[in-house]
Amino acid sequence: MNRFALPLLAFALLVVVFGVSLKRAPEKQFVKSALIGKLAPEFSLPDLLTEGATVKSATFKGHWYLLNVWGTWCVECRAEHQTLLDIQQGGKVAVVGLNYKDDDTAARQWLTELGNPYTAVAVDREGRAAIDYGVYGAPESFLVNPQGVIVHKVVGVITPDSWRSTMLPLIDGVSK
Amino acid sequence: MIPEIGQYAMILALLLAASQAFFGIAGPWKGQQRWMAAVYPAVAGQFVLLALAFGCLIWSFVHNDFSVRMVAGHSNSALPVYYRVAAAWGNHEGSLLFWVFVLSIWTLAVASFSNTLPKAFVARVLGVLGIISVGFLLFSLATSNPFERLQPGLPDGVDLNPVLQDFGLTIHPPMLYVGYVGFSVAFAFACAAMLEGKLDQVWARWTRPWTTVAWMFLTTGIALGSWWAYYELGWGGYWAWDPVENSILMPWLLGTALIHSLAVTDKRGLFKSWTLLLAIMAFSFCLLATFMVRSGVLVSVHSFAADPARGIFILAFLVLTIGGALTLYVWRAPMLRSSAGFDLVSRESFLLFNNILLVIATAVVFGGTMAPFFADVLGLGTMSVGAPYFNPTFMLPVLPLLALVSVGTFSRWKRGALGESRTRILGSLALAVVLGLALIVGIYGDRSLLGPIGVVLALWIVVTSLVDPLDRLRRGITIPASVLGMTLAHIGLGVVTLGITTMETRMIERDVALAPGQQIELGRYAFRFEGVEDVDGPNYAATRARVVVTHDGKPETVLFPERRNYLVQQQALAEASLGVGWKRDLLATLGEEVGKGAWSFRFQVRPLMRYVWFGAALMSLGGFLATLDRRYRRRKEAADERAAAISGESLQGGRA
Repeated sequence: MNRFALPLLAFALLVVVFGVSLKRAPEKQFVKSALIGKLAPEFSLPDLLTEGATVKSATFKGHWYLLNVWGTWCVECRAEHQTLLDIQQGGKVAVVGLNYKDDDTAARQWLTELGNPYTAVAVDREGRAAIDYGVYGAPESFLVNPQGVIVHKVVGVITPDSWRSTMLPLIDGVSK
Repeated sequence: MIPEIGQYAMILALLLAASQAFFGIAGPWKGQQRWMAAVYPAVAGQFVLLALAFGCLIWSFVHNDFSVRMVAGHSNSALPVYYRVAAAWGNHEGSLLFWVFVLSIWTLAVASFSNTLPKAFVARVLGVLGIISVGFLLFSLATSNPFERLQPGLPDGVDLNPVLQDFGLTIHPPMLYVGYVGFSVAFAFACAAMLEGKLDQVWARWTRPWTTVAWMFLTTGIALGSWWAYYELGWGGYWAWDPVENSILMPWLLGTALIHSLAVTDKRGLFKSWTLLLAIMAFSFCLLATFMVRSGVLVSVHSFAADPARGIFILAFLVLTIGGALTLYVWRAPMLRSSAGFDLVSRESFLLFNNILLVIATAVVFGGTMAPFFADVLGLGTMSVGAPYFNPTFMLPVLPLLALVSVGTFSRWKRGALGESRTRILGSLALAVVLGLALIVGIYGDRSLLGPIGVVLALWIVVTSLVDPLDRLRRGITIPASVLGMTLAHIGLGVVTLGITTMETRMIERDVALAPGQQIELGRYAFRFEGVEDVDGPNYAATRARVVVTHDGKPETVLFPERRNYLVQQQALAEASLGVGWKRDLLATLGEEVGKGAWSFRFQVRPLMRYVWFGAALMSLGGFLATLDRRYRRRKEAADERAAAISGESLQGGRA
């Protein structure tokens, strides 16, 4: 083997790595969200359930909360719904909804039909709060600690398993 | 209609690029003079067509043609006209068209200025550039067509991302692209030499000015990008070790190594296979940078367009070009032998150390940038690598590198004659230490370790860089442009080092909430908040705070940090206010209203911040001066003679 072949070999290895990561790119996020460890962006948006009221992120400071981005147009959100209801039942955190690019009437009807897991639902029709949070689809959830810092981000559906194994320990570990 | 003309022009350009690639490679191979001659009109035609296509794109933006998807997605009728022009390359599709357009300019320049070079060689260079152009045009047309129409068109556009609405950003990507694409010339020269199976010192002399010009643009581009991040992103950061920033830094480091290694190959005929490899690698990293920004494998502020399908195309293209070049390298590199030798303390070995350290620095950056990829591919979960890794690790190769710049300046080609320069080395070091101590003890009053080391190294570089030119002046010898350029670039490096070390070790930063009339002190500066007012911009509404800064009680400046709300995108953005000066930058950023008229602020005092950009400007200017050297414009025959004369004096036993 001649030493001049080493760059080619290194390059081949790199191509494999790129190939594999590209294949997985649509499934998940590669670099941890830049927001983790940062203060959750503030928002103040219309309330879905109470006409004329506003939902402010500042209201939830001092408690753990899970900001869940959802929409009635999102099929996976339906799959996630039961888990959210269970999380709300568990009482460890408040679940705050961010109704993303959605129709208000459809969203209210959805909550009547499937049950409401949310302490409050903010309406983000143009997706401006979602831009602050770097949301690129629904569902997406942000776990925020009492200091208002984002400690975890889930892209896609929260499963009972991922809730128990990753997020609950984060909450219990710190809130003791 | 206009967008369609642009579209057709791109398709025709693709056809011309393909013929340029074919005739350029096949002509010399088959020994067909007429095929080789056919390359030139293809180059010229491609340039005209791509200029037309790019012109059509700008026309669509300027005339607010919102039936073009890209215009609708990235522009708005309320946007000032210069940002509409800049929006043409402030997005994925447009920037790709810009990439090939720049490539066609470089190609045209190579075709025009290479009439003293052998015909077959130039044909091969242009052929390789043609292959690159085909790849990018295909990519653009197949996956990212800038002229795609919307049916039906929109009444108005979505607007350009507010972060990108800025003068720095209108010129920073073009500079970078000109630099990136410029390295394709060095790459094409390397490939042509490998296809010919012949690489001599004359080859290095041909390649040097092109490489230096590309490097100069890249330096300017990086400096502008960092300057933009500094004042636009609003938190005073100028370098975040963001994957995209790293992807720009790597070709720069390799390009710097290439410039130095080319000098050795030019003057002494050594390091031939190494220089080839560096030329391939520098361009590979430029392509890699494009891949990383544009494929969506990296999520960062910069990648506003993410699409895996594009990633697969770019990957295939990388395999073809880089893989092809490296395969050629495996085959040809063993044939390149250097006959000359050199001593351990000769200039050759210092430049070898320079190269090794720069490559290590590249590897450090590369490792940190790629670690998340590897971790993910190996199933270790996602991770991010940031400043805590990069800052200390990057120092390891860079500190010795900075020290070697000074010592290396005194070394001579071929022989180890540091002895006669010893007094100068020690003298200049002593001077640098004295100056450094004066600065540190007298002005800074500092106790940290890294600060003094950085400051002394920086001053040492500046002092030693001046020795040779001053010596020549004293003896009445004219200073060649290349020496002047090198001196300037090295002084620039010293100035950047001085700026960064001072700023990093001496910066003061405070986050506070202030009510009108309250003030906070940062060192000898006091920032007093006087109140806010509402102001309207062309496409935003803003709250502007008035902050009066005093230095030792004397009025210094007034800062007006803003919080802007961009109307079309409903996006809020903090616009920092800078008090710029040679001694320090003062920076105020306005945060949220915290109640009762009080606002949260971030204040910073950043000493010598200007020196970072000033030093970078000196480096670019140095690169520019170096390319003006008469050696590069000498007639071919004379150059050949000289090269033969130099290789004739080579000593026994090659060590490179």
